[in-house]
This record gives sequence, structure tokens and C-alpha cells, in this order.
Amino acid sequence: MRREYDVIVVGGGPAGLAAACSAKEAGAKEVLVIERDKEAGGILNQCIHNGFGLHYFKEELTGPEYAGRFIRKASKLGVSVLLDTMVLAVEEGRVTACNARDGLLVFTGGAVVLAMGCRERTRGAVAIPGDRPAGIFTAGTAQRYINMEGWMVGRRVVILGSGDIGLIMARRMTLEGAKVLACIELMPYCNGLNRNIVQCLDDYGIPLYLSHTITNVEGLHRVERITAAKVGTDRKPVPGTEMYFDCDTLLLSVGLIPENELTRQADIPLDAVTKGAVVYENMETQKAGVFSCGNVVHVHDLVDFVTAESQRAGTAAAAYAGGKRCPEGGKVISVQRGAHTTYTVPQAVRLENMADKVEISFRVNQIFGDSEIQVRDKKKLLCRFTRSHMAPGEMEHITVPRALLQRAEGDEIRVSAVEKEAGK
Amino acid sequence: MKELICIVCPKGCRLKVDEEHGFAVAGNTCPRGEEYGKAELQNPARVLTSIVRIEGAPGRCCPVKTDRAVPKKEIFRVMETLKGITLQAPVKTGDVVCQNACGTGASWIATKDMKKAE
Repeated sequence: MRREYDVIVVGGGPAGLAAACSAKEAGAKEVLVIERDKEAGGILNQCIHNGFGLHYFKEELTGPEYAGRFIRKASKLGVSVLLDTMVLAVEEGRVTACNARDGLLVFTGGAVVLAMGCRERTRGAVAIPGDRPAGIFTAGTAQRYINMEGWMVGRRVVILGSGDIGLIMARRMTLEGAKVLACIELMPYCNGLNRNIVQCLDDYGIPLYLSHTITNVEGLHRVERITAAKVGTDRKPVPGTEMYFDCDTLLLSVGLIPENELTRQADIPLDAVTKGAVVYENMETQKAGVFSCGNVVHVHDLVDFVTAESQRAGTAAAAYAGGKRCPEGGKVISVQRGAHTTYTVPQAVRLENMADKVEISFRVNQIFGDSEIQVRDKKKLLCRFTRSHMAPGEMEHITVPRALLQRAEGDEIRVSAVEKEAGK
Repeated sequence: MKELICIVCPKGCRLKVDEEHGFAVAGNTCPRGEEYGKAELQNPARVLTSIVRIEGAPGRCCPVKTDRAVPKKEIFRVMETLKGITLQAPVKTGDVVCQNACGTGASWIATKDMKKAE
């Protein structure tokens, strides 16, 4: 087995596959993808529903179909894919991994791309009170059991959290004969896409309780009853508003956390909000030659945007492996969150290294109607983008030209969301 | 006038459909939205996805979808048609698993390449 590569990609999900294909297309000769599962494709393999690829392929695909296209493309381009193999450590230019067949493996790479994806928040992370019987799953675990293993996980189901996976699973469980009693969301808005409320809940008459939470789980061996209550503006349960659900299963769809153990171990700085690596305009982390892309950087709603971001990372990794370095001493502009935005990716832009424009992704912290995204330096407005609708559940993207960033005074810009004044 | 949220893409446009004036659609930002708005009030339909058993492949389940939208009222009958089907590996994306389910004209097709287990 070859041990020296131009680009080594950690993770064979949509991010890793897109990065590897783009690295190859950008001229990297030997590209390796290391994947811990028995097949490439990552989470898409269990996302058997459709709705993927509308931006990228301009058609509606299921998860396995979307993954399949990149798996076939990677194979055609001659990307090496090492399955069933766990990466243990990433250092500059060196990746240590192991599997049952070859034992310990040490690879050297001109550049490394981190594409490990994310995992679900669990019951422990949201501290639900009550008994600890069987029948409590994260929505993604239930999805894997049903769609890949063929095991039905329950008959009467309550779902906590209104993330897309939870909504998708409400429909999936219903189609397989289960009764989904309720979807319960702490916030006053749904965290999933509007289309999923319509086609996963409304189509099957499943009630969505906003501003509610679970206050008790009862059951000896298996979940038997769940208590939910309304929450006040302080997000604390309001006494006297309890509802009871007789059920055998509780699914949790309460958020995702980027899986950055390797990143942390490599002393690569992380962003406190995204929980992913701090990245520059080309998805390079603070450690030269190590790039990061996809859900391990920040959690996306749409795989199409994961693909686009990962292609940038793969292309940049190939350039780095080919000897291209960011010019030293150039101006670095820090991209900061402003009013009503929770984070930005990238967190910094190196003017000397950027192309003629840079795409900035971010999320807002409340629902907006007619509104505006503003980019400012310390003193003035640099550019604005109008939107008719923005929501925390939908990632926003803006493209800022280099010429505008060159006009920025100081070394910092801020991205804010502003409600348009009435009558304007 | 009926208000709908378009489900054609993740954008979720808010549509207004005038059922008294030829189901005229407003609020859509693309032609597919207009098509959805008209169909949703007259003959709502959905593409279905599920799994079937497969033997001889590394995995136990093969994901499938209907090759076109099926009428909403037929959803559970169309789901039933997958019961008892067991595929044999290899299967290729697009292979027909069950033709013309319940006379809807929609066929279930495989959505993943499933190779034979080594």
C-alpha cells in the first residue's frame, strides 16, 4: 500500500468525497480518503428520503443517490478510498490510522483535509429528567436502525426537537406503521425547514408543539409515559400546563456537534460558537496545510452547500500540496458576527490569498421578514444584501468581492442582520 | 384563496393559490412552485422513499423510491406493495423493484448500487 500522498482526506462522507474529487481535479496526483465505516457516503447512506441535490445537480435525489454520484466520480478520478479504518492522529503532513487488516498505518501527505462530520447531541447533553428505560434514541440512531439495519424501533413515538432529522423521522416512522403522537420544540419556532413541517408533519396530521419541553420520562424497562409542558419566555416549564403521552419511544432531535477530537488533539484552534475549526477564506485552519470542510466546521442544513464548501477546501489543499503558499505579511481581515448573527465562516480572510470574491456563511438568531444583511468595517457600511425571509434554521450565504474588502478600514468587518424599517 | 408553503425546494416559498380563478398561483419564485401550487389543491401527490430487504449484499436493506409522485390518498397502499419483496444482490441504482404500484403508474426503483458480498 502506498504511504505517501499529495492530499489525505479524513472522512468519506459528502464533504470528504467532494474535497477529494476537487483535489484530484485541481492537479493533486495521489489523493487518499480514509473512512471508518464499511462504505463511503457517510450520513447520506441512511438519509433515504429525497430532496438532496437541487442546488448542485439541479434535480431531486435521495441521500444514497447523491452519495453514489460522488462515490462513482471519486472512483473514476482515481481517488484511493481506505474503508473500515480509523484515523488516530493528524499532525502537519502526517496522518496515523489503524484497521484490523493492516494494523497501524502512518501516511504522509502534502496537505490534509479534515472532513469528519458531526454527531448528535444526546439525552445527557440536554438533561431530560425522569427514568432511564429503553426506547430513547437520538433521531439519527433510529434512522440508521430502520433504514440500514431494517429494525423497527418503536410503535408509539414522541419526538423532542424540531430539527430536520426529527421531522424526517416523524414521517418515516409513520410510513412504517408507527403512531407519532407529537413533535415537541423548546423554541417558539421550528428548527427544521418549512418544507419538512409541511411534508413530514402536516401531511400525516402530527402536531408540533412550539415553546414546549419534556418534563418527565416514565417507564421501568421501556418508555411508558412522557410528560410535556409549555415553557415561558424564560424557557422554564409553566406549572399546570402538563400534557401526558402514553408511548414506548422517545426520539431526540436536539442538535448536532461537529466531531473535532482529531482537530483538538492537533492543537488547531476551534470557534466557541460553531465548535469547528477557525478557518480562512480557502477553508485552511490556523495550522498551515491542514484544511477543514463540511459539518465538522459548522453544521449545514443542505448537503449541496457542504459540497460547494468542500470543493473549495479540496482545490486549496491540492494547491498547497503543489507548493503554493499564502504570501506572508499581507492584510488579514477578521470576519466578526454582528447584530443578530451567531457566527461566520470563514472567520478570517487573507486579502493576498483570496480570489476575486469570498463566500461568507452565517446564521441569524431570530426570524426575519423583509430584512437586510449588512457588512461594515469599524466606520462605514461596505455592502448590503436584501432578504425577504431569514430564520435560524436556514444558513445564509453572501458573496463579498475582493474590491470591497480592500476598501475596509482597519482589520475587521462585521456581518449583521437588520429588519427593514416599515415604509421603506 | 388558499395559503401554502411550497415544498419543491428547501426555500419554502409562501404561495397563495386562488381556487376560484383557475388555481392561479402567486408568491412563487420559480415555475416549479406554480406547478406545485396548482397540483397541491387539485391532486396532491408525493414521491415516497423506503427500503426493501436484500440478500447477498453486505447490507441488509436496499433504499428505494417511487419514480414519480403518487397521489397522497394512495400513500399507505403504495407503501404496502413493498411488503414481502426480497431483492438479490447485485442491484443497480434505477433498477425497478416493483412496477406500477397499485395502478398509480409509479414504480419503486432502487436508489443505491448494492454489490454482491465478497
